[in-house]
Amino acid sequence: MRPGLFTHFNHMGAWVVLLFLVTPALIAIPVSLTPKRFLSMPEGEYSLRHFAKLFTSPDWLSSFFQSAVIGLSTAALATVLGTLCAIGLWRVSSKYSEVVRAFLLLPMVIPQIISAMAFYRLWVPLGLLDTYAGMILAHTILATPLVLITASASLANFDPKLEQASKNLGASNWVTMRRVILPSIKPGVFSGALFAFILSWDEIVVTLFVSKFNIFTLPRRMWNGIRENTDPTVAAAAVVLIAITLIAFAVFALISRRNTMRSRT
Amino acid sequence: MKTLEKYFSTGWFLVAPFLVIVAAFYLGPILNILWLSFTDPTSGVGNYSALYESNSLARIIWTTVRVCIITTLFSVLFGYVIAYAMVHSMENKINFMLGFVLVSFWISILVRTFSWLMLLGRNGLVNNVLESAGIISEPIAFMRNELGVLIGMVHYMVPYAVLPLLVNMQALDLRLMNASRNLGASGTQTFWLIYLPLTAPGLVASTLLVFILSLGFYVTPAVLGGGKVLMVAEYIYVQLLVTLQWGTAAMLATLMLFGVLSLLYLMSRFMKLSTVFGGTSS
Repeated sequence: MRPGLFTHFNHMGAWVVLLFLVTPALIAIPVSLTPKRFLSMPEGEYSLRHFAKLFTSPDWLSSFFQSAVIGLSTAALATVLGTLCAIGLWRVSSKYSEVVRAFLLLPMVIPQIISAMAFYRLWVPLGLLDTYAGMILAHTILATPLVLITASASLANFDPKLEQASKNLGASNWVTMRRVILPSIKPGVFSGALFAFILSWDEIVVTLFVSKFNIFTLPRRMWNGIRENTDPTVAAAAVVLIAITLIAFAVFALISRRNTMRSRT
Repeated sequence: MKTLEKYFSTGWFLVAPFLVIVAAFYLGPILNILWLSFTDPTSGVGNYSALYESNSLARIIWTTVRVCIITTLFSVLFGYVIAYAMVHSMENKINFMLGFVLVSFWISILVRTFSWLMLLGRNGLVNNVLESAGIISEPIAFMRNELGVLIGMVHYMVPYAVLPLLVNMQALDLRLMNASRNLGASGTQTFWLIYLPLTAPGLVASTLLVFILSLGFYVTPAVLGGGKVLMVAEYIYVQLLVTLQWGTAAMLATLMLFGVLSLLYLMSRFMKLSTVFGGTSS
């Protein structure tokens, strides 16, 4: 089909929407450079004082640290649990395993506000409210389904005969899993780990319910900043987060490009 | 071991850890909340009959449903435009466009909400630009009303709308459209009579996905609605953390839960759910 008027309009419309998706976030950049003490657009004068504050304020630094600890622990736990689940369900492959799979994906599809209520309800009697353990456990439950999905997607392309071959050659279940299955599903496991980290790093709804004073993650501090709506440090934090997102995205794109190239050859 | 394996696959041992965690730390308290909706503050269906008696509850539910429907309509429309343009582009351009969608998908919800706050406020960039250009004399109220909530929610949901549509459109056989053109149909006729019906599964999946995600959305309505647009999620938050009343919140959560689960069941009949949620990874 040769490109007609319709196609031109369609492409123009698509780019307008794409710009609508990406550009609004960029406003954080000028706001973060304002020399004033309150949220405003800079007028001719620029200053890095809000970035300086972001990286020297003990509050913001502790939030970065806490979010990193919780995010990394969540990613590690979710990756182990999710990968084990994916391999287990793949090995069982019956109608029961599909029911169990649907059940295990529930934490991802149930609205976060309901998950938040559930964790809050249970964490109070367990004494997990406002602790690292409580946050990590809650985030792990939310993030493991992501790993389950990505690892399962990789397993779908894995040839079960390889597992048979490894066992026939005398390898135990454990050796087969570590030396044969895991290396072949590495891309899925890695992207799952990355998704799990991002989920935790960016999670706010459950965090608002299960943390109070001791645990004050980065999203929580940004949330407070947004609610108070005065301190430009929030804008500086937003710029840092955008930069981290872009870097993570570039890494992810490179990895997946390398994998598709490898699978083509 | 071998006899055991005949009746019971050892794969279950690998599934067990997470299964136990979800059952104990997630399903347990959710069932408890369902129970609470019938027992707190007094046992019976009092929380549910309040739906008929209290105007404010009915208004909150109606606001939520209305905002979610409008959000879904716009998100799916925009998503369709993007997905359609993508499948009709060269490969390098497709990746570029997909990059835009994924970057916006990945940018923190808090960063995005903050940006809209800066853009849409009374002294925000949009109003300032419009005023200095002489288009308006009074700042337009973009925030603390439904308009602001809708802008923020549509912005968040468009990437979710694009992905199922894209999966669907990429699987279509383009020869059908060529056949239609060869048989004398115009481009417009081909689109309405052939292409659109073929993308119906993608449309349904993307509509349901966006609607489900919108139902429980908390952040954007709370900030951009500025307390003026009260939706279910924010009401639950206030009930639990400010006024400490579980009964009504549990009832609303129960309704939302069953709404979402029945929509998911509907959705699973149109599309494999994992392609919707895991579509970004491949």
